[in-house]
Amino acid sequence: MSDATARYAPGDRVRVLTDAPTTHHRTPGYAKGRTARITVVCGAFPDPEKRAYGSSGLPRVCLYRVEFDQSEVWDGYRGSPQDKVYVDVYEHWLEPA
Amino acid sequence: MAGVHDIGGRPTDEPIDRSGHELADWERQTDALYRALSEKALVYSDELRRCNEALSPEQYESLSYYERWSASLEALLTEKFILTTQEIDQKVLDLG
Repeated sequence: MSDATARYAPGDRVRVLTDAPTTHHRTPGYAKGRTARITVVCGAFPDPEKRAYGSSGLPRVCLYRVEFDQSEVWDGYRGSPQDKVYVDVYEHWLEPA
Repeated sequence: MAGVHDIGGRPTDEPIDRSGHELADWERQTDALYRALSEKALVYSDELRRCNEALSPEQYESLSYYERWSASLEALLTEKFILTTQEIDQKVLDLG
C-alpha cells in the first residue's frame, strides 16, 4: 500500500472497510461495509487523510472509482435493480471481496 | 459515528433546496483568501475540510457555507501560528 502501484484492477470485486476514525477521511459512511466493483483506476494522489493535518500526503495512494448496486447500499431500495452509485475510494479503504 | 458532514443517505422528508444565491462580497473575499493561502501552500483543501468537519454539529448546521470556511480559515491560521486570535480580534475591532 505504501507505493503507488495499483493493487486492484477494473472488474475486481471489493468491500469497503467499516472503519470509523475520528480523523479526517473521505470515504462516505453509506459506502462502508458495502461490496462494489472497481470500474476505474483513477491514479495515485497524495493521501488526503494526511494532507488534512498539514503533511505532504506522500507517498501517493491509489484512488479507485467503485460501482455499487443501489440495492446493495440502501436498505429497502425501491428503484431499478440496474441502478448504480459510483464513489471514489482510496485503496487503503478497500479489501478483496 | 458519522461526522456531521457525512450526510449521504441520512433519512429525511425535506425536499432538496435547489435555490441558488448571489455571493456576497465577503463570501468572494473568503474564497479568494483561501485560494491565496492555497497558492502559497499555507493551507491545503483537505485541512479546510478537516476543520469544517471539526465544527460542532450546532455550528455546522447553523453556519452558511462561507461562514464555515471563514471559521475554518481562522482556526487554521491560528493553528499554524500565522496569526493569533488576538490579532484577528483586534483587526475586527479596527475595521468595525
